[in-house]
Amino acid sequence: MAVTLTINGERRTFDAPPEMPLLWLLRDVARLPGTKYGCAAGLCGACSVLLDGMRVFGCQTPAGDAVGKSITTIEGLTEQPLGKALIAAWNEVDVVQCGYCQPGQIVAAASLLKDNPKPDDEAIDSGMSGNICRCGTYPRIRAAVRRAAEIHAGEKA
Amino acid sequence: MTLKRVDGATRRDVLIGSGAVSSALMVPVALGAGRSRAATPSALAGNAWLGVDGEGRVTLALPKTEMGQGILTTITMIAAEELAVKPEDVKVSIPDGDAARFAPIDQGTGGSTSVRDVWQPLREAGAKARLALVMAAAKQWGVPVAECDAHDGAVVHKPGGKVLPYAALVAAAAAAPLPTEAPVRPASSYGVIGKSHRRLDGDAKARGTAEFGIDVFVPGMKYAAIMVCPIFGGKLAGVDEAAARSVSGVIGVIRGDDVVYVLAENTWAARQGMTAAKAQWTADAAHNGAQHAAIIGAVTAALDKPGFVAATSGDLDAARVGAAHRFSATYTQPFLAHATMEPANCVAHVHDGQCEIWNGTQIPSDARKAAATRLGLPLEKVTLHNRLMGGGFGRRLEPDMVERCLDLAKQVPFPVKLIWSREEDMGHDWYRPAYADRIDIAIGTDGRIAAWEHKIAGSSIMARLMGPAFKGVDDDAVEGAITPIYPATARKVTFQQQESLVPTGWWRGVGPLRSAFVMESAVDELAHKLGQDPITWRLSHIEDPRARAVLEMARDKSGWGEKTAPGIGRGVAVIHLWDTYMAAVAEVAVDKDHQISVKRVTIVVDCGQAINPSGVAAQIDSGVIFGTSAALYGEVTIANGRVEQSNYHDYRVLRMNEAPVIHTTVIENHEKPGGMGEPPNAVIFPALANAVYAATGKRVRALPLQKGLGTA
Repeated sequence: MAVTLTINGERRTFDAPPEMPLLWLLRDVARLPGTKYGCAAGLCGACSVLLDGMRVFGCQTPAGDAVGKSITTIEGLTEQPLGKALIAAWNEVDVVQCGYCQPGQIVAAASLLKDNPKPDDEAIDSGMSGNICRCGTYPRIRAAVRRAAEIHAGEKA
Repeated sequence: MTLKRVDGATRRDVLIGSGAVSSALMVPVALGAGRSRAATPSALAGNAWLGVDGEGRVTLALPKTEMGQGILTTITMIAAEELAVKPEDVKVSIPDGDAARFAPIDQGTGGSTSVRDVWQPLREAGAKARLALVMAAAKQWGVPVAECDAHDGAVVHKPGGKVLPYAALVAAAAAAPLPTEAPVRPASSYGVIGKSHRRLDGDAKARGTAEFGIDVFVPGMKYAAIMVCPIFGGKLAGVDEAAARSVSGVIGVIRGDDVVYVLAENTWAARQGMTAAKAQWTADAAHNGAQHAAIIGAVTAALDKPGFVAATSGDLDAARVGAAHRFSATYTQPFLAHATMEPANCVAHVHDGQCEIWNGTQIPSDARKAAATRLGLPLEKVTLHNRLMGGGFGRRLEPDMVERCLDLAKQVPFPVKLIWSREEDMGHDWYRPAYADRIDIAIGTDGRIAAWEHKIAGSSIMARLMGPAFKGVDDDAVEGAITPIYPATARKVTFQQQESLVPTGWWRGVGPLRSAFVMESAVDELAHKLGQDPITWRLSHIEDPRARAVLEMARDKSGWGEKTAPGIGRGVAVIHLWDTYMAAVAEVAVDKDHQISVKRVTIVVDCGQAINPSGVAAQIDSGVIFGTSAALYGEVTIANGRVEQSNYHDYRVLRMNEAPVIHTTVIENHEKPGGMGEPPNAVIFPALANAVYAATGKRVRALPLQKGLGTA
């Protein structure tokens, strides 16, 4: 079985069934390990990717559902202006601890900022509460999302 | 199939940070991919893991493991200070498990010991290497050594205005004997230590390019799923191999005594195969019928046994005579899972009488040894490549991921990546023991503590690890309880081991955390009973000036004593554990449905010399939030011999919208560094329990707090 997907702007065909969740297709077949496995139940957000610019959980999205759509993983996001702003903010605020959840957090933050370029704390909490961090980086993530919004707005101005 | 050794060396450190090529961090790549970035051998060795290479760059093989706590950055900063370079210019690598190389330092990383273990030997090695470079320069210039010093990767002779980079000196320095003694940098000259530095591994982790154990890729590798008998002590009774094999991509089913593995071309196929396999299990009545209430009841009942004496001073009975007040209470704390974000996993290749393992582990050298034992191979035939960990919290202090993976890998000719599902990870953890404590405090007519008796019961992790050498007192379980900050005329602390079928292990804070919750809850209850302010009462008993200082500062910074709205309460706790002093004031709100939310936490810490204040503050965020999850919601329960929780929906952890605002103050001093991985996690439990009492008037003595408070 083959499935053809557009990942980070590149059209690729994989030997995988369409019901395989994007999480495993990206990690094991496409060899893009930045998308992480955490729960496989849509509970933790570690596998977040952008599908046509909106965050989805890779573990809950069959590859077949992504056919004809644009998939952006953390590897692709960090090549885009918004992703670069997010990485700059994450580094500036020194967010990361174990780091395992952070690609998913950054993807979720990108989705939030695309939807709401100037989120207040409540909007950040609401937009980011689908992602779990066991290291407790939430306070710094809050600060980094605000900072990324500033950086990205400054770039667009 | 045989994996080609990449560079022929048995010791291959993987670079994580480097200024060698560009300002960007180097990312570890899978060694099997044939593009290993092996660190170049150090030309000048300060010791077996710190040196300066032929190009003049400082090289550091990290003697402790990075699981998120920031030790990679902290240790690099100490090395950079001694060798007068920028932390980002140090070539840091994550070494293989190799006990001999790092002895007497144990690569094992737990107990908040990393900085405390390496602080002195690391600085001494760095100072010797620095002096060797300075001496080489002085000799070349024909000037006194005392007139030369190292600065920014070079040796400088100020009077003569001469400068030579390390690269020009390293050959001569390495040719001379390493100085046997060299003074370490005095605190007055610190340029790196004590100044916040961004994490060296932060950028690669944020970009998703840092390699965790679960990300390792080895050519020819197959993927596997594991299911272990859900009933502790049970066995595999049957499995539908044909159904598993009928799943596209499945290549095999392997049975073990209490386990089944499904091998496949990818993880998804392996998981589908496992579902199709419909494994059947069997267990005897004692295991199959084990229930939570009975297990916890037995732990609490063990308090009625005399226990083994951990500490005793004075005469308890005599001290109790004529006491003005007597306070006694029993506290219980549940089994807890680690629920690390990165589920258990391991990659291994067993072939030709040797074995290569890739695993994110807190115990690289012990896991390697466990692997050799499991396979019956000599140690030198086993290579364990450590990797970054997506959380440790003590879970990765056990070698079971490696052992389970090897049981499979030794049966197949190819490398195999074994990933536990979240459900398997949660159902087969090494749980923080459930504990029961009884504390009995007598206050004399003078208001002082006359008698303090503390009985502790629960599973003993030390007993499991020590075997016959265990004599009845678990030194971890009683830690903190035997060194309270409250003086007493007479004191007795006992421990009583009480096991169940639930396997127990280290969990961020373990015994000292248990002690902290009980002791700081008890003195809080006592203060309220005596009609005194909980901080005032504590300050009237605590003598240690550093403990007093953090408590006073937390009081002053938290708004303690200011009136609170109905349903809002503030709770305090203070600890001296892991050589660190910490005070917390937590502010909680409890709504009409009894739901607890944590609004604000004020932490003051004196951890001695803070190496990286930003890292200290990060650990405080971390411990406060990790601890709040567990204190409010954390509980693993047993029904019919199995763990009832399976994923984040029924093992609740804090999310962003539930995270408190955290105000941290790090007291600056140059005292010997204390540990930071566990203290915030320990101090927050009692602070929250005390805050819930302040908010509701209800004292919860059986964790978790939300369950204890019930729902409306």
